[in-house]
Amino acid sequence: MSPSPLLKVSGLYKNFGGVQAIDDLNFEIAEGELLGMIGPNGSGKTTAVNLITGFVKPTEGEISYRGKAITGWPPYKIVRLGIARTFQMVKPFYQLPAYKNMIIPLYSPRVKQITGGKFGDRDAVALDLLEEVGFERDAFVAYKAASVLPQGYLKRLELAKAIALQPDLVILDELFSGLSLAEVASIVPIIEKLRQQGKTIIMIEHRLKELFRIADRVIVLNYGKKIAEGNSNDVMDNAAVKKAYLGAEA
Amino acid sequence: MWNAELNSRSPEKKRKERIDRGIKVRSSDVFALSSWREMLYLSTPRLLPIVGLLILSIALSHYWQRVLLSVSVFALLAISWDILAQSGMISLGQALFFGTGAYFAGNMNHYFGWPPYVTIPLATIFGGLLCTLFLVPVLRLRGIYFSMVTLVLPLMLVRIIEATRIFGGTEGLSGLGPLPNRWVELYLIIAVLLAALFGFRRLMNSDYGLVLKGINDNDRSVMNAGINIYWFKTQALFIASAIGAFAGAFMTHVYMFVGMPVFALDYSILPIAAAVVGGMGTLAGSMLGAFILVPLSEILRGIGGLRIVFYGLFLVVFTVAVPEGIFHYIQRKYHQFERWVEVE
Amino acid sequence: MDLRKDLLSMLANTIIYGFVNSVILLLVALGFNLTFGISGVANFAYGALYIMGALLCWAFLNPIGLPYFIAVVLAVILTAIAGALMYRFVLLRIRGLVLSEVIATFGIGLALLELFKYVGFIGFEYSLPVISDASLEFGMVVIDLQRIFIVIIGVTMAAFIWFFTHHTRTGLRFRGIAQEERTALSLGINTDRVAMLSVSFGGAYAAIAAIFILPLGTINVEQGYSVLINALAVCIVGGLGSTGGLVLASFLIGYGQTFTVTYLESHWVMLVPLIAILVILIIRPSGLFGKHKELEERI
Repeated sequence: MSPSPLLKVSGLYKNFGGVQAIDDLNFEIAEGELLGMIGPNGSGKTTAVNLITGFVKPTEGEISYRGKAITGWPPYKIVRLGIARTFQMVKPFYQLPAYKNMIIPLYSPRVKQITGGKFGDRDAVALDLLEEVGFERDAFVAYKAASVLPQGYLKRLELAKAIALQPDLVILDELFSGLSLAEVASIVPIIEKLRQQGKTIIMIEHRLKELFRIADRVIVLNYGKKIAEGNSNDVMDNAAVKKAYLGAEA
Repeated sequence: MWNAELNSRSPEKKRKERIDRGIKVRSSDVFALSSWREMLYLSTPRLLPIVGLLILSIALSHYWQRVLLSVSVFALLAISWDILAQSGMISLGQALFFGTGAYFAGNMNHYFGWPPYVTIPLATIFGGLLCTLFLVPVLRLRGIYFSMVTLVLPLMLVRIIEATRIFGGTEGLSGLGPLPNRWVELYLIIAVLLAALFGFRRLMNSDYGLVLKGINDNDRSVMNAGINIYWFKTQALFIASAIGAFAGAFMTHVYMFVGMPVFALDYSILPIAAAVVGGMGTLAGSMLGAFILVPLSEILRGIGGLRIVFYGLFLVVFTVAVPEGIFHYIQRKYHQFERWVEVE
Repeated sequence: MDLRKDLLSMLANTIIYGFVNSVILLLVALGFNLTFGISGVANFAYGALYIMGALLCWAFLNPIGLPYFIAVVLAVILTAIAGALMYRFVLLRIRGLVLSEVIATFGIGLALLELFKYVGFIGFEYSLPVISDASLEFGMVVIDLQRIFIVIIGVTMAAFIWFFTHHTRTGLRFRGIAQEERTALSLGINTDRVAMLSVSFGGAYAAIAAIFILPLGTINVEQGYSVLINALAVCIVGGLGSTGGLVLASFLIGYGQTFTVTYLESHWVMLVPLIAILVILIIRPSGLFGKHKELEERI
């Protein structure tokens, strides 16, 4: 591990009235890495993200970002530090056109903070951002109401909303779910571009083949505990991982 | 044969199609300046309330001018309700804002002797601040708590004032300072109403308003964008309660009296009925609703308590049967037309 | 000696009457909580149903002259039916839109109460009879049988609701439709029927409460609003949906009011629920045992 990790989670516990969702979770991520977080359904991946981004408060444990403790901070403060996330269930503002959906992240104090208060027309910036994630400009896709857009575009919209916040750490919760192979193939270059820009990325995924192609390192969760960590090959050979996913001794 | 051919053809099916009118499309964007007709199409809806109010203010008899005052006050309360509703807060107690503003103005005038042009602005601001402070703790909870608390607070305040006899108790404070003359009264409230209508409509249609509406729609998403939704809700609450407080302070000086009736259910229910009947979500609809219901209730004044029975029934009927409200219907007719087309 | 005996007697009185007062508050709030807190169906016509139950009972007793027991049962049943009708014709169409539910039921309640006022159900002849004129003595305190009866009824009703919603199939369904309606539907629960039942139960509770509490005074239509205020206050302080919270809240407010009447001045009485609400909002906004909290629950 590099001397000072970007994000460090130590001794994290979360109990939801009897269900131990997160059980002594510890991991770190260095700047510029792409960390994959995998595990069977219900293993606590989304809860871990909710804890990191402040939507849920931990029962015990600490989370620190760039050395500063952010445990228990509300989401808006965490975003202003430079962490952005997408949601597994995309819920855009359906009656609004896609580019109007972008106005809200662009209105965020985080954006004002980064650009120093000088900002162009939010509509124009929104259209530019959408073009970067693949909304074809000449087909005016960005003007369509979110209710008529297919899942692939909605996921890209969600990604664009996160990028608009100009984060240093991006957490993507099952971005690839519900997408065809072609759609995934078209989104991967966008993620690569983010990496080139120096951003750190955590990806929760079920689609392991696609994830392993781009991830540097992977951690595996099961019943709220981390059961394996390493690069993709090591992890998939791990007996505990196989048992968790397949349910039997391999 | 000819007959057989006719009989074997299936009956033509038609469906109703709704599309924008030509003139609406032509007057969107910069092309609106291309001809007088387009400019007239755009400006008429905006000029209508302004010109209409000005004409009414002159043409009506003394009695009906007082009614116009009342209409404007309720329209302001309805606009205030609509702003809160668009931000995700359903207020069942506009009377809270109205009464707080009224009592602030009345007390400042009675105990300190300050004139209306001082008490009204101060009451607007401090009334707004006080109500916001009362309601801030509920903003973090489910919306229904906000509604319950706004319902309960004015009803309780009435009973407290009655019991503890503070601020004039049951008799209230009378003999308060009036406004210079009835023309000042009328034009002041009309000016404020129009300013509120156009100003806040502009605000709610801007990016700021979009954030508020986003909070109503999906607050998790807005929070995720790094926006402190409670701060925004507080701001919307302050705006709405200040509007209500202004209305209350204004009426205190028109009647030269403030007492328990300022927290009456009327002031809570009529704005909601106006918004429901006129059309929620557009501010203009709420104003339209007030312009329909208040004169109606004046006409029905003869039947006394039955008036509120009617409001109640109106509320139920419109909520269930015509949820979109009258304004949306008119707006739709103005911008779009319907025609039958064949089903392919 | 005498002074101390007086003080003790005053204290004993306050404790006993405070208990009664608390149970009265509880009884009033139970029906509202059943429909709104537990089943998630807004019923702001509760105050109107309360008065309606009482008026129906009066109508069966006086002009029609039915025996007491039958009049009570009929009044309760009819009020329950009124609740069901209200559901069937109004609430059904706007289920799930909480705002519309609140506004529409509030409108109905308003229309009913003002109609009662207009038609003229005001006056001393409109009162319900007490169960018995007798009173009992508990040491230094004299208390009338009616109040004792109210306490028994109140405790029984509260216990019944608790048992009903935790241990019977229908009661569990009440809770299910509030928590997650789709899941309830997919489990074969007819959510509309359950919701209708909950509104009628709420109406029945309102009628029962009215019939036993109002004999202490006259049937005053204004009470319809007070009932709604008190029910709301108890629910806000105790936490919507929690019977235990309701009990605790009604005792807090009830005793607070009784102590205020005895030891301070009687017209500060209305301040007690207000202060209770304000304090709860500051220290524990979702109510004493409230379960409906903030964002955390919805992720």
